[in-house]
Amino acid sequence: MISVENVDLTFETNDGPVHALKEVSLEVKEGDFVSFIGPSGCGKTTLLRVIAALEIPTKGNVSVNNMPPDDARKAREYGYVFQAAGLYPWRTVSGNIKLPLEIMGYSSKEKEERTKKVIELVELKGFEKKFPWQLSGGMQQRASIARALAFDANILLMDEPFGALDEIVRDRLNGELLKLWERTGKTICFVTHSIPEAVYLSTKIVVMSPRPGRITDVIESPLPKERTLEIRDSKEFIQIAQRVREGLKSGHLDEDL
Amino acid sequence: MKKLIINNSILPILTILLFIVIVWYLSAIPMNSEKVTRQFKNLSFTEHVEKTWNLKKPKLPTPHQIVNEIINTTFYKKISSKRSLVYHGWITLKATLAGFILGTFLGIILALGIVHNRAMDLSVMPWVIASQTIPILAIAPMIIVVMNSVGVTGLLPKAIISMYLSFFPVVVGMVKGLRSPDQMQIDQMRTWSASPNQLLWRLRFPSSLPYLFASLKVGIAASLIGAIVGELPSGAISGLGARMLAGTYYGQTVMIWSALFAAAFLAASLVFFISFIQNYTLRKMAILR
Repeated sequence: MISVENVDLTFETNDGPVHALKEVSLEVKEGDFVSFIGPSGCGKTTLLRVIAALEIPTKGNVSVNNMPPDDARKAREYGYVFQAAGLYPWRTVSGNIKLPLEIMGYSSKEKEERTKKVIELVELKGFEKKFPWQLSGGMQQRASIARALAFDANILLMDEPFGALDEIVRDRLNGELLKLWERTGKTICFVTHSIPEAVYLSTKIVVMSPRPGRITDVIESPLPKERTLEIRDSKEFIQIAQRVREGLKSGHLDEDL
Repeated sequence: MKKLIINNSILPILTILLFIVIVWYLSAIPMNSEKVTRQFKNLSFTEHVEKTWNLKKPKLPTPHQIVNEIINTTFYKKISSKRSLVYHGWITLKATLAGFILGTFLGIILALGIVHNRAMDLSVMPWVIASQTIPILAIAPMIIVVMNSVGVTGLLPKAIISMYLSFFPVVVGMVKGLRSPDQMQIDQMRTWSASPNQLLWRLRFPSSLPYLFASLKVGIAASLIGAIVGELPSGAISGLGARMLAGTYYGQTVMIWSALFAAAFLAASLVFFISFIQNYTLRKMAILR
């Protein structure tokens, strides 16, 4: 469970202060799949980083599983997937997945077991001994997700994890991510700039707009939990996508474009 | 693929070598002519040329004289003899390696300090750079004299001069290498609450290895130069530097040149050795493929 209350975040830059987040409030319930969508500069990544305790808000309250974010980080309450897979080239797939487990001091038996489990979860079986350069971009990102899952945090924070992949691979990974979410029951916060991706994946869509970064709309998705790619042609899907688009547009009006 | 590269590069290298040798022999004729006319009378042109190429103490010795001298002093002298090039090479090599190891350690430690400590980051680097603007020929005698006065002689003063030259590329390379992981990789470590030690050993240090090896190649060549320079002012009687100096005292140009070539060969071998370890390590780490 994540709760964000009246969070403000201002970066001091050479060109003066930049208001990255303004009066942002949000509740994420356990088991939710929440997408943050908006144009660049709307603070969606910053909000995710605030939840992960990678940024400290200037004002407001954040709690992650009823803890301050920094404590939640130390308690290993979340796994974070970055836009780039960020695998270490000198480690194999399983070596990369073991990295956080080594840092957290798991026994070697437990490291093996957990690695085996998450490799199966992301369907990378048979690729354990491969080095990152031997994998496609999509497989690298799957390894990166496995690594974030390895220590069994119940929250998964994902910052445009499929942003650098082509649409065909992205569709497939979206489907796999949904399956993984259903099987593990994790709470997922997912940053994206793709409307279909946000609508297809989420139970809750948070629409954000820039200057200052703020939330303009929160949409509870009426779509069923079981989803196939075909759902994207349904009436409900198109309606939600339209509402997201409206939300994004209204954010832009404020800029006198 | 590899064979192709060797075949492609060997011909141009040999061509240049041939060119250099020709120019060398041609230059030896006018440079040694004066001495020949002083020593011999009534020579035909071919005899004259032949003499300029085979003088005992020529101004410019010819390649075959140097090769002969090297072969002679390498293979036909006992390696414990003061006339053996192997003996002198070994003395210089010892100082080079000692200085190289010291310099590498010093360089890595300074780089770690610069990367981890803001005060060191701001204060150390200008001094490191300043240290290299002082001509080594000026500071080498001072190091030798100061260390001599406290009773330290032999290998250590030379190793210190080698260290003085070789720590610099290591500091510069390692600072860059330890800082080479991007913000995302560092943030990733933070999400796992990695300790500074874990960040260093699991991310920063492995990322810095390609930079370290590039620096080591420059460093080991600099170390050899340091050791030779250290042998010049010390009145040393052994080592390649001492051999060069003795050659200049007695007008033994062939001896100077053969010591010079031995030093060049040693430097090349050392750099190749580091290259070999570099290729092996980085290949093993799958950074190079």
